Amino acid sequence: MSRSHLLAYEETFACVQCGYCLPKCPTYETTGVETQSPRGRINLVKLLAEEKISIESAASSIELCLGCRACETACPTNVQYGTILQSAKELIAKEMPASKMESLLLEKGIPNKKWQKVAGRGLEIAQKTGMVSLARKAGIMRVFPDSIQAMESIAPVIKMPKKKEREYRVLPPIGKKTYTVGFFVGCIMDMMFSKINDDSMKLLQLAGFKVTLIEEQTCCGALLHHSGKKRETIALAQKNIAVFEKYDFDFIVNSIGGCGAMLVEYPELFDEHSEWRSRAEKFASRCKDISVLLAESSLPFTKEIRKVVAYQPSCHLQHVQKVINEPHQLIKKIPGIDYRLFENQDMCCGSAGIYNVIHYNEAMEVLDQKMNHIEKVVPDIIVTSNPGCHLQMKLGVRREGKTEKIKVVHIVELLAEACGIS
Amino acid sequence: MIHAEIEKAIRQVINNKRRVLTNEADLASYSYDASFGVFLPDIVVQPTSTNEVVGIVKLANKYKIPIYPRGRGTSLSGGPLPVHGGIVLDFSKWTDILIIEPDDLVAIVSPGVITADINKKANQFGLMYPPDPSSSHVSTIGGNLAENAGGPHGLKYGVTKDYVLGLEVVTADGEVIQTGGRTVKNVTGYDLTKLIVGSEGTLGIITKAILQLIPKPQSTGTLLVLFDDLIIAGRAISSILTGGILPSKLEIMDQASVVAVEQFDPSGLPTEIEALLLIELDGHPAAIEAEAKRVKEICLEIGAIEVKIAKTKEEEAELWKARKLVSPAIVRKKPTKISEDATVPRSRIPDMFQRLKEIRDRYNIDLVVFGHAGDGNLHPNIIADKRDIEEMKRVEKAVEEIFKAAVELGGTLSGEHGIGTMKAPFMEMELGPTGLSMMKRIKEAWDPYNLLNPGKVFPEPGQRFVLTNE
Repeated sequence: MSRSHLLAYEETFACVQCGYCLPKCPTYETTGVETQSPRGRINLVKLLAEEKISIESAASSIELCLGCRACETACPTNVQYGTILQSAKELIAKEMPASKMESLLLEKGIPNKKWQKVAGRGLEIAQKTGMVSLARKAGIMRVFPDSIQAMESIAPVIKMPKKKEREYRVLPPIGKKTYTVGFFVGCIMDMMFSKINDDSMKLLQLAGFKVTLIEEQTCCGALLHHSGKKRETIALAQKNIAVFEKYDFDFIVNSIGGCGAMLVEYPELFDEHSEWRSRAEKFASRCKDISVLLAESSLPFTKEIRKVVAYQPSCHLQHVQKVINEPHQLIKKIPGIDYRLFENQDMCCGSAGIYNVIHYNEAMEVLDQKMNHIEKVVPDIIVTSNPGCHLQMKLGVRREGKTEKIKVVHIVELLAEACGIS
Repeated sequence: MIHAEIEKAIRQVINNKRRVLTNEADLASYSYDASFGVFLPDIVVQPTSTNEVVGIVKLANKYKIPIYPRGRGTSLSGGPLPVHGGIVLDFSKWTDILIIEPDDLVAIVSPGVITADINKKANQFGLMYPPDPSSSHVSTIGGNLAENAGGPHGLKYGVTKDYVLGLEVVTADGEVIQTGGRTVKNVTGYDLTKLIVGSEGTLGIITKAILQLIPKPQSTGTLLVLFDDLIIAGRAISSILTGGILPSKLEIMDQASVVAVEQFDPSGLPTEIEALLLIELDGHPAAIEAEAKRVKEICLEIGAIEVKIAKTKEEEAELWKARKLVSPAIVRKKPTKISEDATVPRSRIPDMFQRLKEIRDRYNIDLVVFGHAGDGNLHPNIIADKRDIEEMKRVEKAVEEIFKAAVELGGTLSGEHGIGTMKAPFMEMELGPTGLSMMKRIKEAWDPYNLLNPGKVFPEPGQRFVLTNE
């Protein structure tokens, strides 16, 4: 069992193989094969640790996991699936060369000049943090013939890196001050959807928070972490923890389901009882998704929005950060809204970081199933809470030929509109 | 064991690459279920039509290869395990038929349909499909039929077999038969429907079922009753039922389960109590109100220390929370959970609790008891660590004694999980040699080459009860 120490082997024993995770797993639902289920993957990691199966055999199942972690919410025995998955990804990253698709993407590079420019000139962390992959997420889909048109239309207008434009400053609360907030912008979010960050901070101000934007913050490291690159993730985590420690914010707030999940899981990167562990714990306990703070505040709505709205939750917001009810509550509070729930709403849309770049076909199967459910409630607006999901939902709408009929917005944009911001 | 030639023939029957699995990772993924034991199949096929099943069975016959039907692998008794290698027939992709015919009060279903989906769809017509194993949101109806599954509703509504009117079955030689029909009354010949249900895939392969539905009760109500004496809790159960009230669910948790739940997620339940009953009533709201009052009176008269009646749906959910938390709470201590379903006549529940307590002490095991007290179907759950071989040996002995106690008290090895591989060694203890031999004769007549799910129900020569894989 020479591999058992490299994998979360002990954790696999917590799985009693009841199968309650199966109906919640998007890849099980689309493939109908046990191998692509959480129970199947846990079993493979166990066999891998016991050297009863080759790493090549186990790898495709592990790589096809979206990492949405809906299985953790469904699990009656609290199996630490995220830890098990992560350990397998780290082992695969270490022992296997980059997957074929990934090398293909690397070879082809970014086929579009504009994207090359963004990645090349952009924040220097881009290359280090997997942001290149995300730039590719929008750009590289052009590799696939059927998505050329689709991606062209959903790619947001990139504002060139705003490092210099963005004013790093303190935004005073409007009305009575409640708490102090350090705002976490996220690198991808700030590059592709900087307006959502701007709106977020304005909403926090309106809700009575004193918001500070500090320049020294860096990428959360989530994409690197998902690719099994632990050392690089730790470096970014340490930087963020250290720079936010200098300020004594009551909360560190973000509007990005995926990044927020990484931030709250920083403690797991460090050894128990280590100094960094306790610093990370303190940091993580202050990290909140914007919907949590806004749901407890009263927002001054000034505009009715008479639309049918559906909400596609970010997996990492609901299954890792365990923020489930707040976005629903916030949407329902907006005057005029006809809010509708749909079947399998809590299931992943297939975006999953750079999953839909690397595993395009599988991601599209998950997406098509999602669109199938969502279209039954005939929404005018689909609300998201994470930039990856945002792009994916736009692609979904586009694939269904509904770009004219259905708008995709981040929850912050919807709230901002109802509050007369923008 | 499966040569290239056979694989080729299989691929001709199932003409879809995505539904024939042969790689190492896939075979490993169909080597287990929710019980114990790991057995690799040689090939996994996912049929979606009766013709495909017929084709595979005929091939299996020609080449004498064992076949193991499987749903979504939630079996707690080893039902779908491919113990002698061969072909796993995974039915989970066969979900195309789920028809409710409200005028006949029947549902017609494919074997891969998820059990809870049948009830959900029936609800749309004001009807219900009552059998409710706790895995019904995961498990397939095919698996439920093969194992004759049950759940908390057993007390009032019975189990799977009570709702099957007719079946389509592929026999061991690849012929298709129809049993029963779509009427409640049907006495034409032997009741093959009931013979097939619960036969664990050893007599034939179910490819379609006609299920009976009943009108859905308008509403439900819930009571929580606390006892400081287990014997009194047992008496309360009998008194409620003889008092003219038939609850839709009547669940019990023992002190160890309550303590575990309170340590896991405190909700203020007193941990010094010896037992807790959760009672659900269903029907017309006015009737529920009157019955809840009566249940409260009966329980207090007999010596319950406290009775809570839920006033809202939220309160109802809150009361059931403790029961739902038992599993996550108990596995915090040690990871391996051995869930038994020995069942005794209702009047012997207190005796069974006493026997379980003695077994717990004798073998020094972590044992909690909860379950469907209303129908005598207790779930003694042992918590252990399967890496601790010495402990697992003690657990094996304890489980053997639990089976023995249940049979001695006039009960049965299995109330709802099935025999599978796990309990096969104890069949003779309950049935006697002649009883078991009569069953064996049926098996030999239906499946002379022992190709349908071999290694289940009947003990293999020298087989004994084991919980370890080594």
